[in-house]
Amino acid sequence: MSKKQIKTTVNGVEHEILVDSTWTLLETLRDQLKLTGTKEGCSNGNCGACTVMVDGQSSCSCLVLAPEANGREITTVEGLADHGHLSPVQDAFVENSGLQCGFCTPGFMIATTALLNDNPHPTENEIRLKLAGNLCRCTGYDKIVRSVQDAAERLNKA
Amino acid sequence: MPNFDYEAPTSLMSALELLAQPGENRPLAGGTDVIDQLKSNRRNADLVVDLKRIPELLNIESNGSGLHVGSAVSCTEVHNFTTEKGGFAALAESTELVGSVHIQNRGSVGGNVCNAAPSADTIPSLLIHEAVAHTASASGEREIPLIDFFAGPGQTVLEKGEILKELVLPTPSANTASAYLRFIPRNEMDIAVAGVGSLIEVDPSTNLVTKARIALASVAPTPVRAYAAEEFLEGTKIDADAIDKTADLAVGSAVPITDVRGSAEYRKELIRVLTRRTLTICLERLA
Repeated sequence: MSKKQIKTTVNGVEHEILVDSTWTLLETLRDQLKLTGTKEGCSNGNCGACTVMVDGQSSCSCLVLAPEANGREITTVEGLADHGHLSPVQDAFVENSGLQCGFCTPGFMIATTALLNDNPHPTENEIRLKLAGNLCRCTGYDKIVRSVQDAAERLNKA
Repeated sequence: MPNFDYEAPTSLMSALELLAQPGENRPLAGGTDVIDQLKSNRRNADLVVDLKRIPELLNIESNGSGLHVGSAVSCTEVHNFTTEKGGFAALAESTELVGSVHIQNRGSVGGNVCNAAPSADTIPSLLIHEAVAHTASASGEREIPLIDFFAGPGQTVLEKGEILKELVLPTPSANTASAYLRFIPRNEMDIAVAGVGSLIEVDPSTNLVTKARIALASVAPTPVRAYAAEEFLEGTKIDADAIDKTADLAVGSAVPITDVRGSAEYRKELIRVLTRRTLTICLERLA
């Protein structure tokens, strides 16, 4: 096992850190940078609880090695709010009750933010398809889909 | 996770030198299969060589010799490129079916090929489009027709230190259409119970099929071509009866197992239905 010096930007802040070759990005975010908003679920890419953006693209941080983040821009759920003001996606999840226990929510909000960046006017089918990599065991998904539709409206008005 | 070192070389030559060293050296593209396999001790590594800093492996382009897909190009990029350029509908369709969006954003088509799962969604599309695997190692390069690339579940003919460099797909003629369908019990995010890719080239003046390619997923230890079905269809005037006969013949190329995803009998029936449906879609696309 070896350590690697990497430089990575997380939520706009540049970090120069030493990471173990075998750590995942998820472990580095949670255990080293103490950004515990990103959750560990299945740890094999099925559940989406650990979804972050890598250079703007939604990715399972459990399937990214920490040294792969060298030179990349990472966005976690902590990076969505702007100076204490929730993002339109976060507001939409709160106001539409798009969560119950909340464990899957950081992943859903990152996935939603990435989806709406790519496609500002998704249909319900597109929302359900593009968020299929995020599992929720509480809501039955309907309120999440409504939250995403509302978030799209908020962003399109803004 | 096993203890391994990590390197991210920026040239193909230095990657090949690293991979040629003694030990278990594992190339990494998107990592969506490899990292999970390392975590669960299904594959081992002393050294992981990240290929995503090597420009030529990240290149996708179409030129006079066809569509070139570097081995580290993500499914998302292949989907967007083929959707925009056209000509490879089956590949555009299958790259949108691999795992979730998050997996497609990182996982590469080359990695889907090298992982060599019999159920891999992109492989039938690549086979019907007659992809050739261009490989490289410290001792030279090879060109391997993709149908000869697979040795068994999770096994390829790549030798130690040899990697897939790119996949090259010849540009299809204007009278060609392709389609890929798979069956899963839900709408998304699952592994194919069975999958079928079909490609036909039809002479518009005679309506005769001049080329037929049919490839099957999840019904044999490796992805397979349905040669008997292809031979029957070539030279035939394509209509509903010909499609039914072709679908029956495709079933003969399936040698599935019974497992948790479906029985062998069920998988054979799926091959019949999916062959019929993909050929029907091809006809609609040619109309």
